[in-house]
This record gives sequence, structure tokens and C-alpha cells, in this order.
Amino acid sequence: MLGKGIIKGMAETARNFIGSYTDESRLTTVEYPEERLPQHENARQFPFLVYDGEAPMAGLRCVACQICEKECPPKCIYIVKDKAKKPDFVGKAQFQPATFDIDISVCMSCQICVEVCPFDAIKMDTEFELSHHDRFGALLLDKHQLAKSNDYYRRIHPSEAGAIDQRREEEVKKAEEKAKAAAAAAAAKAAAAKEGAGTSGDAGAADAKGTST
Amino acid sequence: MQPIPEPTTIGPVFLVLSFVTLAGAVAAMSLRNLVHCVLCLVVTFGGLSALYLRLDAEFVGLAQIFVYVGAVAILIVFAILLTRSGEVLGGVFSTGWLAGLTVAALVAVTLVVAIGRTDLRAAPESAVVKAPVRQVGDALMKEYVVPLEVTALLLTGALIGAAILAMPDRRSK
Amino acid sequence: MDQLFVNLKHWILSWSLWPDALKPLVSAMLTIAPILVVFPLMFALMTVIERKGLGRIQNRLGPNRVGPYGILQFAADGLKMLTKEDIVPRAADRVLHFLAPVVLIVPIMLSFSVIPYGRKMVPVDLDAGILFFFAVGSATELSIFMAGWSSHNKYALLGAMRSMAQMISYEMPLIISSLTVVMLAGTLSLVQIVEQQGGYLWGWLPQWNLFTPWGLAGFLLFFVATLAESNRSPFDLPEAESEIIAGYFVEYSGFKFALFFLGEYLGLFAISGLGISLFLGGWNAPLGILTWLPSWFWFFAKLAVLLAVFIWIRGTLPRLRADQLMNFAWKFMLPMTLLNVVVAAGWHYSGVAGWNLILRWVVCGGVILVAYQQLGRSFETKVTKRTYRYAE
Repeated sequence: MLGKGIIKGMAETARNFIGSYTDESRLTTVEYPEERLPQHENARQFPFLVYDGEAPMAGLRCVACQICEKECPPKCIYIVKDKAKKPDFVGKAQFQPATFDIDISVCMSCQICVEVCPFDAIKMDTEFELSHHDRFGALLLDKHQLAKSNDYYRRIHPSEAGAIDQRREEEVKKAEEKAKAAAAAAAAKAAAAKEGAGTSGDAGAADAKGTST
Repeated sequence: MQPIPEPTTIGPVFLVLSFVTLAGAVAAMSLRNLVHCVLCLVVTFGGLSALYLRLDAEFVGLAQIFVYVGAVAILIVFAILLTRSGEVLGGVFSTGWLAGLTVAALVAVTLVVAIGRTDLRAAPESAVVKAPVRQVGDALMKEYVVPLEVTALLLTGALIGAAILAMPDRRSK
Repeated sequence: MDQLFVNLKHWILSWSLWPDALKPLVSAMLTIAPILVVFPLMFALMTVIERKGLGRIQNRLGPNRVGPYGILQFAADGLKMLTKEDIVPRAADRVLHFLAPVVLIVPIMLSFSVIPYGRKMVPVDLDAGILFFFAVGSATELSIFMAGWSSHNKYALLGAMRSMAQMISYEMPLIISSLTVVMLAGTLSLVQIVEQQGGYLWGWLPQWNLFTPWGLAGFLLFFVATLAESNRSPFDLPEAESEIIAGYFVEYSGFKFALFFLGEYLGLFAISGLGISLFLGGWNAPLGILTWLPSWFWFFAKLAVLLAVFIWIRGTLPRLRADQLMNFAWKFMLPMTLLNVVVAAGWHYSGVAGWNLILRWVVCGGVILVAYQQLGRSFETKVTKRTYRYAE
């Protein structure tokens, strides 16, 4: 009959109206900026530099290889290599950036810099409330502003950070084992050299040499 | 109750109202823009309605607004909208102005003579009628019911004719 | 308490401050001033409540930043409209462009003067109150034309024509459905119509015109026609933002737009007030035991309920297309209203002939229901097989 649909529709809207006061699931408004929705894990806004440990500049993973600068489509990254080197997480001496600037008014959040970085040094941040009155100077972030700790990275992207941390631990372990093996080999070589210098054609020394390799 | 003089005398209110009416009529005839003419005509209708209301003819006065302003003026407006873009007319003074002036003078003389010869003081007693609308309704239903029905038939015929004229030709399919 | 405002007015008039010659003027001012204050204030509150109500219906909060719970949003809106630049297009007709909002507001304000807001609280007690109301109501259509024409804008003109067509089409059911009340009450005066709906059956049941079959049908038809007359959803084709960008007032900015907005809502209040006086018993209380509450309270309570239903409908129904709108008016509402007149006459004469109340209800209600069913059948969409036409 004419009007039945209207009555059904009005009943539905009345249910919505009353439900928005009584039922949690009916009123889905999030009152920004007092309340905020949590972001998904794969949300991305602008890049930041990861550092391990407590000291930002000393623990910075970036080795200034400049790959991200070359790959960035709008060319918003500006890197100047430092002359001094510093050791990385496995102990090897690496370069470091003296200047690392990202212009976030140019950055288009394409994540290519993250994809090409071989050192897991640059990752995507989820912070978006970066508006400022100064349109040019304040939106050019330098390496001090870009450096954020690995704990922060683990908080915003737990599974990625977890995978990377696991990989780095394995590499550290491997490096340690290799170092230990190299040290043991060097020690055995030194001992064998000393042995070889002391005695000549000794079978026991050959056995010791054989077992220690 | 009212500080306004009785409607049988020519008081200031009557003068103002008639001036407004006549000014509206003159403007409706002489303005260039057609839409402005229509709106001055609406002012004329309003003035006429006020004059009717002053004479305590409630029904006629309000029906005047209802019918003339609410329907006839809108009809004229629609006609303007649908036929021309309301551009300016040719000239305010048309070429046959001498003939027009003669006819207008003849009509004016006839009206003035006719009104002047009637004895206006022999008007019926200006008693305030209790329920004028009820009287009109009673008269329509009792004495004038045949003209009412004929008018209704006429209007229905006009409506049907208009609908037929406006209907798109869908019979040949 | 019931005559609070009437006594207040008499007391103010009795001050020796006013010279005798000015007393009628002062009396008129004292009557007009409350209307000019109350109804625009109600308009302001209604915009806020409408936005919050629509928000809640749509699972979201309405505006809630300005003032507690967003109550002062109307002040922010008003300030915004007042301080906007008043742009008149260069090719527009300046006089008409200026006059259109004025010609809209003035007749609507005039039409507020014949509605009884409480016992003995009508600004002007006209004998032909309803006729006056409809007469000045029909003058608002002219202002819409003026607005659309003077903007010198094709789309404004189209919107104005559509709006005028809609308003004229729905004026007929509006008037004829109120004609049934006039017919049975025997008077055109709203005050007397409301007084005739007073009194209570068996001491407690109200005798409003709503509680008769012709009154119920008439009220529903009046209600729908009210929605259409004030260009309100679901009939807001001429002015919705996605249709011809706000139609006939597209070239208006700032305060003139606010005046159009105000005029539209005031028209809604006026016609609702008329509907309340005709069908819902005006200022009469719903139950006999509730008459201790003042009469003006009941009038505004009924008005508030009606406005809430308007907001509810706005949040529920989609917009009608222009041809659907016109079809509905001419092919459904007009025949229903004419039939309603006949049924009302039948009700009256069967009452005179002494039929039982139940029998009268059954017969009159049955006729209306059958007609409704038959007429409504042509509006139900028939699901047919789709035929495609290609460009060969």
C-alpha cells in the first residue's frame, strides 16, 4: 500500500535516533581533536630516521649511501656525507650523514626511500599533525628532527620492527660467531706459528692444529 | 474604535490608496521592462484590494489578492517567461497614438457622464453586515447557483482544453 | 497563568506614560513585538535542533562546538551571514533583486497575525481569517519569481519556475483540505474553529478535528502539502544544494540569503500553526485533566511536535523528482482532497441523521481507505523487463 515504505523508513530513522543515545555502536563519531582513532599498522605519512640505543646521533642507522636521495621521485631528500666514520651495529665502520634534510612539503609519501634503503635506516612515520605557520623553513626537517628511536618504530609498526630486529639480531649473532671463529682461527694460527717455531714436524702440534680449525 | 474617517467620505486614506492604485496602473502601462510592468500591475491589484477592504467587503478584497495577485499575476509572469525574455518593448509611444487618444477620451467622457449622473447619495444603508462571507455563500448557493455551475463548467472546459493543448502528441506511436 | 500575556499587555497599556491618542498604536506594537521576537528565535533554535536531530538520525553528532551542546550555533551562523559581502551580479535587476526577500518576508509576517496562539491571544481577530491567510500566502510565490528573474541567471530562473510550479500545485490540496474544516465548522474565523474543537467527550476525550476520518485524512494531506509549500524535504527540489545549486536564490549572498532562509522557515511555522488550529485543536489541551497547563503552552507544544516530525521526515525520505512531485499533487492529492470534502459532508449529514459513531467511522473511513488504496496503486512501481535501445 502507498506509504508503507515511508512508515518503515521512519521507524528505522527513529531507531537510529534513539539508538544514538543509548547504543554505543550507533554513534560512531570520533570527536577530533579530543579523541583520535588509532592508526593502522601500515599507515604512512612522512619518513623518519631510525636510531638504535639511547643516543640519537651515535646510534643512527643511516650510512649516507645516498640511494634514497637518488631514488626519491620529487627529490625532497638532501644528504651531505660526513668525513668521519662511526661503527654500526655489527661493529663495522660506516659513513654517516652530516646533513640529512627532508622537505615534507615536497614529499609525496611514496615510500620508495624506505623500499630501497639497504640498512633499514629510513622508515615511514605515522604522525600527520605537522602543520605550521612557517610554510618553508619549518617544513624542512633536518636529521635531529627526523631521528626517532627504534622503540618508537617498534611502537608504530610492531611487526615490521619485530622482523627487522630479529634479522639484525641474527646478523649480530653471525658476526659475533664469525668474529669468534676468526679470533679462534687467528689464535690457533698464532699458537701453530709459535708451535711451528718452537718444534719441527711434531705430530701432536699437527693434531692440535687440525682440531682447532 | 478606528480613528480613520468613515469610508463614505473622501479621507486621506482613500486618497493615498487611490493614488497608489493609479500610479501602479500608469507605471504598468508606461514602463519599458515587461517584468517591471507586471509588478506594478500587482501593486495596482493590491491597491484595489485595499479599497475593497475599506468598504468592509472582506470576501471580495481578500479574493482579489488571492485570485489576482496569487493567480493572474503569476499567470502573466509565466506567459512572459515562456514566450519572450522580457526585453524592452519598441517604444513607449506607439504610432497610432492619435487613434488611441481619441478612444481613451471617448471612454473617459462616457464614464464621467455616467458616474456624474448617478445619485450616489441614494446608496443603500451602510450598515455593517454581520457575516459578509456567509451572505456571499448563501447567495451563491441559493439565488445564483445556476451561474455558479455554468462558470464551473466553463472553467473545467478551459482546464481540459489547456491540458489537451499542452499534451505532447503521443497518440501516434 | 493562561492569560498571562494578555494581562501583561493590558497592564502595560494602562500606564499613564502613553497619551490617549497613541494607545491604539502602542497596543498594536505590543501585539506585534512578541511575534517578531518569538518566531525568529524559534527559527534560530530550529536550525540548531534540526542539524543536531539530523545528525543523530544519521549516526553522528550535530554541531557541538559553539556553546553547550552547540546551542549557540545559530548565533555563529547569523554573524556569518551578516558579515558576508553582499554581491549583486552586474547584469541583475537591482531593484527587483533587493525587493525579492522583502516581498517574501512581509506576507508571511502578515499571515502570522490571524493564528490564535492561546485563549484570546490572536493578534487580529478577522472574520475571514483563513481567507486572509491563504491570500497573503499566495503572494510569496511572486517573490520567488522576482528572485529567480532578477538574478539574470538561467539556472536561477529554472529553479524559480520549478519552485513556483510546485507551490501552485500544492496550494490546491492545502486549501481544499482546509475547506473541509471550514465547511463543517461553518465559519472562516480561526478563533471560532479552535473554540469549536474545545470541550471533551465523556469528560476527557478531546474533540479535535483530527479524531474524525475526514479530519485524519485531511490532516495528512495538509501535512504533505505543508511540506511542499515551504519547499522542504522531500519536496526541496528547487533549493537543494545538489540540484541547480540552490535554485532561485543562488545569486543571493549574506543577509539576503538569510532573509530567504528565514522566510522559508517562518512560512513553515505559519502553515503549521494554521494546521494546528484547523485539525489539532489549536490551543486546547489533549486530555481533559491537562487543562491546567496554559493554552499557549499547548499551542507551542503541538508546534514543537509537528516540527520534530518535519525534521524526522527530512532525515528519512529521499528527494522527489520534479515530475514525481507534480504527479503526486495532481493525480493523488487533489482527488483525495476532493473526496475528503464529500466524505466530510457525509459525516456531517450522517451525524444529523443520528447514526451511531462507530458506523459513521466505518463508512466514512472505509470510503477514504478504498480510494487511497486505488489511487495509490498507480504510484507503486511496477517491475517490468528492461528494454534496451541501441543507437542503430
